[in-house]
This record gives sequence, C-alpha cells and structure tokens, in this order.
Amino acid sequence: MKYALLVYSSGERQPSEELHPAIAAVLQTPSVSGWVRLKPAESATTVKLEARRTLLTDGPFVDSKEYLGGLILVDADNLDGALAVATQLQELGFTAAIEVRPVRAQS
Amino acid sequence: MLEEVFRDQWGRVLATLVGWLGDIELAEDAAQEAFALAAERWPRSGQPENPTGWLITTARNRAIDRIRRERTLAAKTEQLEHELRERSEESMDETVTFADERLELIFTCCHPALALDAQVALTLRTLGGLSTEEIARAFLVGFETMSKRLTRAKHKIRDANIPFAVPPEHVLPERLDAVLAVVYLIFNEGWGGGRIDLASEAIRLGRALVELMPDEAEVAGLLALMLLNDSRREARLRDGQLVLLDDQDRSLWNEAQISEARRLLERALALHGAGPYVVQAAIADLHTHEPRDWPQIAALYRRLEQLTGSPIVTVNRAVALAEIEGPAPALALLDELDLDSYQYFHSTRADLLRRLGRTEEARSAYASALELAQTEPERRFLRSRLDELGS
Repeated sequence: MKYALLVYSSGERQPSEELHPAIAAVLQTPSVSGWVRLKPAESATTVKLEARRTLLTDGPFVDSKEYLGGLILVDADNLDGALAVATQLQELGFTAAIEVRPVRAQS
Repeated sequence: MLEEVFRDQWGRVLATLVGWLGDIELAEDAAQEAFALAAERWPRSGQPENPTGWLITTARNRAIDRIRRERTLAAKTEQLEHELRERSEESMDETVTFADERLELIFTCCHPALALDAQVALTLRTLGGLSTEEIARAFLVGFETMSKRLTRAKHKIRDANIPFAVPPEHVLPERLDAVLAVVYLIFNEGWGGGRIDLASEAIRLGRALVELMPDEAEVAGLLALMLLNDSRREARLRDGQLVLLDDQDRSLWNEAQISEARRLLERALALHGAGPYVVQAAIADLHTHEPRDWPQIAALYRRLEQLTGSPIVTVNRAVALAEIEGPAPALALLDELDLDSYQYFHSTRADLLRRLGRTEEARSAYASALELAQTEPERRFLRSRLDELGS
C-alpha cells in the first residue's frame, strides 16, 4: 500500500542546497518509491477560482510559518511501516512535522 | 445467565472475525447476527459445548452469505470469495478451537494513530461488548457523537490500514503502555465519577490482558491496582457522604478482590516488575494494612515520582511525608508545586494548613478545592470541613 509523507518545514532555517546526508540516508530506504523537495513557500503561486475567473495569488495556499517542504512516497504493508520512515526522518530534527496519508489506489 | 455468556464471548468472537475479515464493521455485523441467532436458539436447544466455536462458525457463515449478496463490496468481495472458496474445504466445524486474537484487537484499538477518546470508545465497543448507547451514556455524550466517533475510528483503521497485529518487540513496551493507559482511564472514569459499571469493565479488560500476557509485570500490576481500589467501593460512601480510608468499615471491603490483587502483585514482583503500575499497586496494598507503613509508602511514592515525573505523585508523597515528619515539611513540599487546577492539591494543602492551625488559609484552600470538585459526595465532604473550621 502506498503512503504519502507530507514533510513540513519549520520556516526557521534556510534549507540548504545539498541534502543533509542523514536525510539522504532515510530517502535511500527501500520502501521509499519517490520523493521531491519543494523550493521555499515564497516561490509558490496559488491558482484559485473567484467569481468564475481564475485568480493567481503570490505565495502558498495556506500562509503559515510552517510550509510544505517536500513529498515522499512510501510503499508499506501497513501504517506502521510508513510511520517508521516518517519517525526516522522527524527524529533527525530538520522538520517541523510530517503528515502521513494513505494514497488511493489507482483504478 | 445467557447475558453473561454473551458478554464473555463478544470480544473473543469479534477478534477472530476482525482477523479474518480485515474490517471491524463487517465483523460487528456478522457477530451481531450470530449472537442474535444464539439468543433465539440456545434457550430452546441448550448452550452448545463450545459456544465460542458455534458463534464464530455461525458468524463466518453469515458473513459469507452477506458478502455474496452484496456485490457492492467489489475488490474486497473478490479477494474474500477467493479466500472463502479455499477455506470452505477447511472444516467449518463448530467444535474447532479458534486462536484467541483479542490481543491483536486491543492493540489495534489502542493504536496511537487514533485519538485517545476513540481508543477508549473502540476498546469498550469491541472488547467490552458495550453498545454505542451504553458507551455514550457512560461518557456523558450524545448517542450521535459517540456513534460518529466510533465510525470515524473504524474508517481510519480501514483507510490508513492500521495493522491487526501484536506490535513487534522493539515497540511493544510503549504500545503496551498505551493499552494500559486506556484501560486505566476507563477504570478511573468509572470509579471517581461514581459510574460503577466502567470500573467493572476495566477490571474485566484487565483480567483478559493478564490471561493473554501472563509474563508482563505491568499488566498484572494494573489489574492489582484496579482490584485494590475497587475493593473499597462499598465502603467509600455512607449516606452519600465520602468516608476517608481511615474511617472506612473494613468489613465492607471486598476481601476476595484484595486477595486476588495480592497474588497478582506477588507475581508481578516475581517477574521483577518495577514499573509505575506495579509501584502504585504496592502502595495501594500497603494502604490496606494497619498500622500504615508510612516510610515504605513515602519511599514508593518517591520511586513513582522518579518514574513518572508527575507532580500529582508529589501531592500523594506529601500526604505520606506529613505522617512521618509532620504537616510543615509536607506543606513546604506542596508549595513548590504549581497545580492550581488540581482539586486534590488544594484539599491536601487545606488539610495540612488545618492541622497547623492556619485556619484562614485552610478555609481558602478548601474553598478552592470545592470550586473544582466534580461529585456531590466530594462537595459535601469539603463543605463539612469548611463548617468544622467555623465561619
């Protein structure tokens, strides 16, 4: 079963260009099937519909100190497997929080 | 009598069905049909020799029928039908002994991915066999609210695929702590709030856990603790008035429960148990002896403080300290704490101040406790203390 790990950054430190080796190690776990790092929240553009017109706003959808920093896809037999990867990453101390959400099966 | 059998069987039957079907709602429906059938047939034909086997086999048959009828279950149906076709070669003999999967079930219900109130409700529903209505009443929430809480939890288990399993060794200790915390929470809701039924449910769950995990000291410790606290149930109140431990009529204490608790405590200590529940049980046991061994009690509270870091434990230690060194050092200990919203902090301070003759301060502390008191007997007790201090 697939799980998505939504990785939230605390917005306190500038994410470095290079992936920290400890984080890279977690991403090498066999159960990780894919991942992306997102550029900072300021670089986001949000597309919405308002009065039937497409509206563009500068910045993320939810404006808060914590922002979505990356996405990791994990294959696991059950929730505990996905939580293990999330816990490993969170315990490194670089992330504010990690939301673990099951992915719908493609039909 | 049939009621009792059903209560005992529900958790066992449901656990096996959940393991087989992989879905709590389906399992509940199947179990309910089987129990309804039993309620109809057993009074006439007598109880079967292996009631568990009968119930599980009947439920499985019902589930198979239902799955075949309800094609809406799509993928699940296909997979299950395949398994069921395989299984139908197996003996669906009602005399078969099915593996006890209640541990898997309780660890599922108490998974930390579920909200605590959901863990509590789901444990009572699946293992305790309480109805949604009963659980709602016990926790003073509306039926709709409790129903939604349970449904949400079951759907979370299904959608996020929370495993139906006893956790692996490396996480078992913390996961077991979560289970014990849920059981103890159920016990306390029942005891302190005057809702006796929940306390009995918790003890029932505790007994099942001891049976299923005989080598876990903390499990035995928790049951011992609950039995000791519950053994004084009949003596705690007299005409709606709270009766303190020292004034209780000991002939009203449940000696059988106390003996059972002591055997459990011995077993826990033989297993080298030294965790918080074992320590609390040891303290509770010491309280049943006259005269009280206050130095031992104080030492055990010290140990508990170290284990839990809880300031509430310090309040209890202060009570013991007062018996050894007098109220003044105990009060000094309390004055280091910030527990303004804790009723017993104020009532304990009040008692110490009273003993030191600091009447005005005692009065103010009793008043603070009164504001926080949750039950009528407690309020009456605090008011009577205030009256004794004079106005």
